[in-house]
Amino acid sequence: MNKALDVKITDLKERYTSGVLKYRQMGYWEPEYEPKDTDILAVFRITPQDGVDPVEAAAAVAGESSTATWTVVWTDRLTDSEYYRAKAYRVDPVPGSPDQYFAYIAYDLDLFEEGSIANLTASIIGNVFGFKPLKALRLEDMRIPPHYLKTFQGPATGIVAERERMNLYGRPILGATMKPKLGLSGRNYGRVVYEALKGGLDFTKDDENINSQPFMHWRDRYLYCMEGVSKAEAETGEVKGTYLNVTAGTMEEMYERAEFARDLGSVIIMIDLVIGYTAIQSMAKWARRNDMILHLHRAGHGTYTRQRNHGISFRVIAKWMRMAGVDHIHAGTVVGKLEGDPNVIRGVYDTCREIHVPQNMQHGIFFDQPWASLKKMMPVASGGIHAGQMHQLLHYLGEDVVLQFGGGTIGHPMGIQAGATANRVALECMVKARNEGRDIWNEGEEILTAAARWCQPLRAALDTWKDVSFNYASTDSVDVLPTPTAS
Amino acid sequence: MKITQGQFSFLPDLNDEEIKKQIEYGLDQGWSIAVEHTDDPHPRNTYWSMWGTPMFDLRDPAGVMMELNACRKEFPNDYIKVLAFDSNKGFETIRMSFMVQRPADEPGFELVRSEGPGRTVHYTLRSYATGRPPGGRYSPAAAP
Repeated sequence: MNKALDVKITDLKERYTSGVLKYRQMGYWEPEYEPKDTDILAVFRITPQDGVDPVEAAAAVAGESSTATWTVVWTDRLTDSEYYRAKAYRVDPVPGSPDQYFAYIAYDLDLFEEGSIANLTASIIGNVFGFKPLKALRLEDMRIPPHYLKTFQGPATGIVAERERMNLYGRPILGATMKPKLGLSGRNYGRVVYEALKGGLDFTKDDENINSQPFMHWRDRYLYCMEGVSKAEAETGEVKGTYLNVTAGTMEEMYERAEFARDLGSVIIMIDLVIGYTAIQSMAKWARRNDMILHLHRAGHGTYTRQRNHGISFRVIAKWMRMAGVDHIHAGTVVGKLEGDPNVIRGVYDTCREIHVPQNMQHGIFFDQPWASLKKMMPVASGGIHAGQMHQLLHYLGEDVVLQFGGGTIGHPMGIQAGATANRVALECMVKARNEGRDIWNEGEEILTAAARWCQPLRAALDTWKDVSFNYASTDSVDVLPTPTAS
Repeated sequence: MKITQGQFSFLPDLNDEEIKKQIEYGLDQGWSIAVEHTDDPHPRNTYWSMWGTPMFDLRDPAGVMMELNACRKEFPNDYIKVLAFDSNKGFETIRMSFMVQRPADEPGFELVRSEGPGRTVHYTLRSYATGRPPGGRYSPAAAP
């Protein structure tokens, strides 16, 4: 029997003879397949081992992320196996990278449990990522159909309700992460919170690794922080908040901390990405039940999002987190110290904030993504940004964003309050100028300099950080296809 | 103290020309402008008194300024803010909010602490002005 290696075997007797077949022969490559509206679509960047045909590699990814194992099993015949098989339906070479390909795969809705990121990801990024015939594999983007989206809660609060609760409109929100990250006592920590909020910030934030260490246990931190928040509210007449990190070793401890934060009157709590998808979904449900804004720090993502050839693109993580139900997500600054190509960041911000994200290959968005009324998630820009970049930040990131100046507030030569005031004045004068029709991209420095004439703290901030910029090449930029076509 | 609610409270008070430009921006976005005032500026006093409904059909900034001036004339000692309402899907909320008048003297808020078990404290913000009845809270005659 002379089997053609590159086509699906349709004769069932032949198909189910014991032994090993190519994934293509098994039916995981369906170039004629028209994805259904209800299908979950994924596009992977595959780097096959030398000598492995890209189509066979794509079929293998479809197989290993759905029903296949390495050999033929007769038990497939007890099922409607055709239906459950994921189908690779398109393979495109990656421009400029001769060994890499974009593989498009369609998954039927029935392959996934409703409302479970854990179940979705166990397939999509499960065993398949260790599969030997591939040198590397990266999940570039996904299309989640409304049918599946609607089984998720989505952001507990969302941008609109967050702003209404904070009584804060028309400008980006201002925050700062407390520094030093580790070592401050509860009392000293609350001092930094108070000074920053009183000086003009809306939010302060625990850092990702502030949980409950020997130098400061969580209860102590929460009590002192809320004293700082309340005092700053009384002295400014504004609503303020501090992200109390409830990350802990077990769900029980996280719930205990979240409840304590709620009982003290905090409007916001935070969790770290490293707690895992299921814990995140649980905390999102808790946050919805308790009218709490839920901030997510993306600790850990850099281990798998940065390299273009292997891992998961951050826009996919952002998509999963909007489904999982967090309200804030760190999403890049473009101009700061952390990874961030402007086009990639734009794709991530759109994924957070838009109600419908159209395909845009330039931004790394491979598919139209309707959001089916899941609330909008507030992106957070944090890491190496300062008042002197305000025009660039507003230009790149827009209005619905939390701008977090940690060092850029606390490191101010005149003190923390002055640092906060510098940021607030820089922000307000830039928004005002933009609304007045000025070209902030080109006149930004001029606008800041003018405000610094009457605002000494802004003058000092501009002088201190004027030469600070982080101009490094991005490791994660988009490889644009020469002829994008609708999926 | 100066209450710093609103999107421009850290800047010097906006003059009428500057207020008009902001209104123009809001109208250009397709939003509807509203004027609200209060003598109870607690940060969680959501519902200030409306100076009429949002001006859905008024697209001329000069017209909005007339309404604002009428409000100022009637409530010279109140806080007054200008808001912009966006009716578009995905927003359907306020998109701008900035203060355009404040009383000459702003006494601010007392932070009332009520101590509970386990070192917990429940905090209440109490305006020094709202101890007096509405209408006379910020008028010069009401000053002690």
